[in-house]
Amino acid sequence: MYRWLIFTVPLQRLFVRIGVLPFLLVIALIVFTALSRRFLTSDNLLTVARQATYLAIVAMGQMLALLTGGFDLSVGKIVAITSVITALAMAPLAAAHPDATAITLTLGILAGIGAGTMVGVVNGVGVAVFNVSPFMMTLGTATISFGIALTLTSGVPVYGIPDAFGTIFSFGRIFDVPSPVYITAGLFVAMHILLNWTRMGRYFYAVGGNIKASHLSGISTRFYLFMAYVLCGALASIAGVLLTARLETGEANIGASMPLDSIAACVIGGVSLRGGIGRLGNVVLGAIFIGLIQNGMDLAQIQSYLQEVVIGVLLILAVIADQFRQFVMLRLKD
Amino acid sequence: MTTDTLASANGGAGTVLPAPILQTQKLSKQFPGVLALDQVDFELRAGEVHVLFGENGAGKSTLIQILAGVHRPTEGRVLFRGQPVELQGVHQARTLGISAVFQEFSLVPTLTVEENLFLGAELTRHGWLDKAALHRRAGDILKQLGFPLRPQQRVQNLSRAEQQMVEIAKAFRTDLSVLILDEPTASLTDREAQRLFAMVEQAKKRGVGVVYITHRMSEIRHIGDRITVLRDGKRVATLEVAEVDDERLLQLMTGRVISQVFPKIAYRPGRQLLKISELTTADRSVKDFSLELRAGEVVGLAGLVGCGKSEVGRACFGVERVVSGRIMFDGQDVTGKPVREMLNRGVFYLPPDRREEGLVMMRSVRENVSLPWLALFSRFGILDRGGERSKVRELARRLNLQPPNTERDLERFSGGNQQKVLLAKGLVTTLKLFILDEPTVGVDVGTRVAIYEFIRDLCEGGAGVLLISSDLPEILHLTNRTYVMYRGEVRAELEGEQITQDRVLANFFERTA
Repeated sequence: MYRWLIFTVPLQRLFVRIGVLPFLLVIALIVFTALSRRFLTSDNLLTVARQATYLAIVAMGQMLALLTGGFDLSVGKIVAITSVITALAMAPLAAAHPDATAITLTLGILAGIGAGTMVGVVNGVGVAVFNVSPFMMTLGTATISFGIALTLTSGVPVYGIPDAFGTIFSFGRIFDVPSPVYITAGLFVAMHILLNWTRMGRYFYAVGGNIKASHLSGISTRFYLFMAYVLCGALASIAGVLLTARLETGEANIGASMPLDSIAACVIGGVSLRGGIGRLGNVVLGAIFIGLIQNGMDLAQIQSYLQEVVIGVLLILAVIADQFRQFVMLRLKD
Repeated sequence: MTTDTLASANGGAGTVLPAPILQTQKLSKQFPGVLALDQVDFELRAGEVHVLFGENGAGKSTLIQILAGVHRPTEGRVLFRGQPVELQGVHQARTLGISAVFQEFSLVPTLTVEENLFLGAELTRHGWLDKAALHRRAGDILKQLGFPLRPQQRVQNLSRAEQQMVEIAKAFRTDLSVLILDEPTASLTDREAQRLFAMVEQAKKRGVGVVYITHRMSEIRHIGDRITVLRDGKRVATLEVAEVDDERLLQLMTGRVISQVFPKIAYRPGRQLLKISELTTADRSVKDFSLELRAGEVVGLAGLVGCGKSEVGRACFGVERVVSGRIMFDGQDVTGKPVREMLNRGVFYLPPDRREEGLVMMRSVRENVSLPWLALFSRFGILDRGGERSKVRELARRLNLQPPNTERDLERFSGGNQQKVLLAKGLVTTLKLFILDEPTVGVDVGTRVAIYEFIRDLCEGGAGVLLISSDLPEILHLTNRTYVMYRGEVRAELEGEQITQDRVLANFFERTA
C-alpha cells in the first residue's frame, strides 16, 4: 500500500524513533518562513510561545486522560467555568478591599482552580467508579459546566478584575519572556517528574496499557483512573486562570476549541488513543506546532475559518503518518 | 514413517487410496521474526480425519489458517483437488467448501443464530433480505446436524458449547469438502463432545476431509485416522493413528524423551502454607472446594476448561469474589483480601493469558517486571530507576531473556520470552506461594523446560506451587499431589503414584452411569 513511498533505511529508523512531529515542525518552519518575512523573528516566536502555553497546559492534562485509555472532552468548559468563577470571586473582593490585591488574587485563583478541578473530580468519579464511558461522562460534564458558567454570568463577560492579575500572569516579562511561559515550564517540569519518576506516573501508563494486568499487579486501577481526570481538570483550570488574566475578564465563551486542539496536540505528539503510550515532551511540541501553524497562517493572512480546515487535515494526516510509522517499524524488524 | 512410503506400499498392493482433497507442498510462512511454517508437506484425503498434533507454537494454527484462507503462505502452494489454488480470504475458501471452526469464534453476539449462520451470504430476493427462506434453511441445517438450537436465539445468550455448534453449523452452510476443527472439544462437556464426534463421523461418510487439532490422546484414538506431528514449524512425521502409542507421540511432539523435559523435584514438604476450606465463589464456578498445600510442594489442579480450577487460584489472590468458605494463608485468614495485600504477604498469581491479563504489551520489560513492586524501588515518592534497572537486568539474565534488552517493549518479544517476563514479575522479591495458571501455554519446548526448572528451583527453595494446568503431562510429571476438578467441585485427590493419566482423565468428564 505504501510502496510509492521509498525511504532510505536510516531515514526510516529516524522516523520510527522520533515520529512524524519533528518532520512536520521543520516543514512548517520552512513554509511559513517562505510565506512571511516576519515569521522567523524572535519577537514573533515569543508570541507563538505565549499563545501556545494555554494549549500546552491543557494538552498535558489531556495527555493523562489519553494515557489511561480515555479522553476528556470537558477541558474547554473547565477553562470557561474557571474563568467565570475566578472573575466572579475577584471582582467583589477587589471592590470591597482595593488594597488587599494579593489576597484577592490568591482567593480568586484558588476559587477558579477549585471549581475547574471539581469538574475533573466529577469526571473521575463517573469514569472510575461508575464505569461511564469517558466520552459520555466528559461530554455530560462539559455541558453542565457550560450551563453553570452561562447561568452565573447570563452570558456576559465579568469585569472588575484587578489590573495586577493581568500584569502578573499575562503581560509580565522576565528577560523578555512572558510570564505564562515560565508557568508552563514549571508545570512541564512537575509533570515530567510525575510521569517519569513517580509511581503514579508509571501507573497511568500501566492502567492505560492493560488495566487487567495492572489490577493483577496490585494497582488500585480505579484510584489512578480517577486521579488522571482530576489532574487533567486541574491543569485545564490553570490554563483557564492564565487565559482570564490574558483577557482581563471572566468569559463563559472561551475554550471551545480546546478539546479538539488538545487531543490533536497529543496525537500529533504520538500519544496513543488506545492508552499506554506517549511522551510529555512531544505533547508540548505538538501544542507548539499547532500554535506555530495558527500564527503562521495569521501572518500569511489565511482567514481563521480556513485555518480550522488546515488543523483538521493536519490532525488526520498525523494519525495516518503514525499508522505508517507502525508499518515501517514492523517492516524494519525483519 | 511418512505417507509417501505408506502410499507407495499400499499402491503396490493394488488398493487405490482416495485422492488427496487438499494438499500443501513445501508450505512456509514467515511472520516478522519467526518462521512459523517451514517447508511443510501435508495432505488430506476425502473421508479421513487427519489430526494435527504439536505443541503450542509448533505451527498448527498457522497451517490451518493458511488452509482456511486467513493467511497467505510466504512460499509453497496449496492444492485443492489436485489444482493449485491461491486462497485470498476466508470467504473464497468457504466457497470452495473449505470451512474452519477456530477457537476464537467469529460470531456477532448481538445477532441471532440464523443471522450468524448466513452472515456475509444472506439470502435475498430482488435485492431484499429473504428472511423466511433464511429461517427455513437455518432450521434445516440445525436439524440435520442434530443441534438443539433455535434459529432465532441470540448468540450472546448461548453457552460456549452452543456457540461452537453455531460455528460448526456455519461450516455446513455450503457444500462442505474440508472441515477444519481447532480443539473443538476444549469447552464441551462429554455428552456434547460425543455428539460432535458423531457429527464428524457423519461428515466423513459424506466424503468430507477433516483436519482436527487436539491435544488429547484419547480423542486422537477415538476419531483420528492419520496424524501429522509438527514441531517448530516443521513436519516431523505423518503416521497412522493405529500404529502409534502415546509415549512415541509425546516424544515426537517435544523432540525429547520425557525425562529430559521434566526435571526431578525433590519432595520435602514443610509447614502448611495454604488451606482452603469449603470455598464457594460468587459466580458458583467453585463450590465447596477444599485444598491444602505445604511449603516445598507442587500441588496440581487439573480439569477441563471452565471446571473452576482457574477461579480457585484467582480466589486465593483476591480477584474472584468469595461468598462462603475460608482461605488461610500462612496461618492467617486471607479470605477476600485484595490483590495488593496478597502480593505483600508473598503470594504471586500468574494469569493464563499473558496478553489479556498479564502484561502491558506496549511497555518495556523493565516496567512490566517491576510493576507490582514499585514501592520497593521508591524513595520519598521518587522512583529509584537505577535500582529498578539493575534488578530487572539481573532477572533477565537469570531467565535467559532473548534478546536481553530490558528496554524493549513486550510486543517485540516471542511468546516464550513474554512468558519469561511474566514469571520474572514473581521473582523481584522473595515470595512464598506461586499460583501458576497454565504457565506453559503458547511457549516453545525450550522455554517450557526453563519454566519447569524454574518451578523446581522455587519448590526446592521452600516455596509452595499451585500448578493449575490443562496440560496433562505437566500434571503427571511435576506435581506431588493433584486435585481433579469437575464443574467447580473436587472430583478426586491423587497423590504420588496415584497420579496417572487414566486416573486423572477419568475424572475430567461427566461420569456415564
